[in-house]
Amino acid sequence: MNSYFLPAAKPISRLIEELHKLPGIGPKTAQRLAYHLLQAPPEKSRDLADAILGIKENLRLCSVCLNITDSDPCGICSDETRDGMKICVVEEPIDIMPLERTRKFRGLYHVLHGVISPSDGIKPEDLRIKELLDRLGSNSVTEVILATNPNVEGEATSMYIQRLITPLGIRVTRLARGLPFGGDLEYADDVTLSRALEGRQEM
Amino acid sequence: MTSRVYQTEAIIIKRHKFGEADRLITLFTSDFGKVRAIAKGAMRPKSKLGGNVELLSYSQLMLARGRNLDIITQAQAIDNFLPIRDSLELMSAGFYLTELVDAFTEENVEDRELFSLFLNTLKEMAGSSDMERALRYFELRLLSHMGYRPQLQKCANCSRQLEPEANYYSPHQGGALCRECGYPDMSARTISVNALKVLRLWLKCDYATACRVKLTADLSREIKNLMRENIRYLLEKQLKSIEWMDRLNSEQKNHA
Ligand SMILES: [Zn+2]
Ligand SMILES: [Zn+2]
Repeated sequence: MNSYFLPAAKPISRLIEELHKLPGIGPKTAQRLAYHLLQAPPEKSRDLADAILGIKENLRLCSVCLNITDSDPCGICSDETRDGMKICVVEEPIDIMPLERTRKFRGLYHVLHGVISPSDGIKPEDLRIKELLDRLGSNSVTEVILATNPNVEGEATSMYIQRLITPLGIRVTRLARGLPFGGDLEYADDVTLSRALEGRQEM
Repeated sequence: MTSRVYQTEAIIIKRHKFGEADRLITLFTSDFGKVRAIAKGAMRPKSKLGGNVELLSYSQLMLARGRNLDIITQAQAIDNFLPIRDSLELMSAGFYLTELVDAFTEENVEDRELFSLFLNTLKEMAGSSDMERALRYFELRLLSHMGYRPQLQKCANCSRQLEPEANYYSPHQGGALCRECGYPDMSARTISVNALKVLRLWLKCDYATACRVKLTADLSREIKNLMRENIRYLLEKQLKSIEWMDRLNSEQKNHA
């Protein structure tokens, strides 16, 4: 056990240890949170514990888009105002949120749950690509938008999926690779810059 | 390397998530061989490192010595090999090259010759060069450079001069075998006269000369299998990206 945790009583050090395992929580923060919880009323602790357990008990994958949901199909898939002819393909459920925040996309999603990574031995079968093809086979989808991350694995995954979809006669597009807002032209790498040039738009 | 800050050119051969936004990056540098370093905040979209420390980028780097791992403080891509990134086949070959270089090298062992072989291979692949040829040439030169130069003039077992006929090849014996030695050796496979000639030439010529050799599909496949077996024997494992390259290859053939 790490020396940070030693002086506290056992249940506290156990909590500190668990909190410390969470992303973005350093040992100091873990300690502060643990002592905060120690002083909070018992029902607060119970609410927190319930919320944590709740995400395991009530959540599952949407049977259509494989997003994490508490109702099946998920809120997006069952929303009749959305355009079922467009499917945006993302790597992880967490990628849907930023796209939704833009309010620019009114189609549906498909979550791959990973990317192809030859050097880690992650293959297409390890992802939800088959489910995507099944959706395309049975529905009137006209466009698939590939929104994988702009890194080598993301691009390889997109190129691979594009290869599978193109013969179906469905339009395949991918997100334009642009410059980050608030970024600096000077520091942009040439892949980003050349993709940004390719994706330039009329003003 | 006494000063706290140093500069070097490097090709990025591996990267892993490290904490929330950092990346642990394996570099193959021109000056210090293989080095592992942290790229702080490299996963953030506004990071100045970002695309400059992406896999297969050839970059000018500034590093600071850390207690355990060095830290990349600045990175500027010299060449990102765009044509490689735009092709699934080339990108997959790129994955393979990085895996190969990583598997054959130790950390902190300077190796300028391998660096330039690696860099030239990427440049050739990004240019119009035949990918399979560039890979084979790289594999053969890598083996030779790392001390596993296959014996191709004389029989690796009995030292007899090899006859200009189909002979045998055994990674385990370190090269070609004459008919007498090769036939009973279960680890040996046949090698054609042409394959032997190509490998002999490639061991001593530069890549431009290597390109003048005409390779039929059969000869190309034969050399590919020879190299692959040799590498698998030396590493005692098959590299993961090979399965992926084979798969792409066969899927493309099925489509055509
Ligand atoms: Zn859904
Ligand atoms: Zn012999």
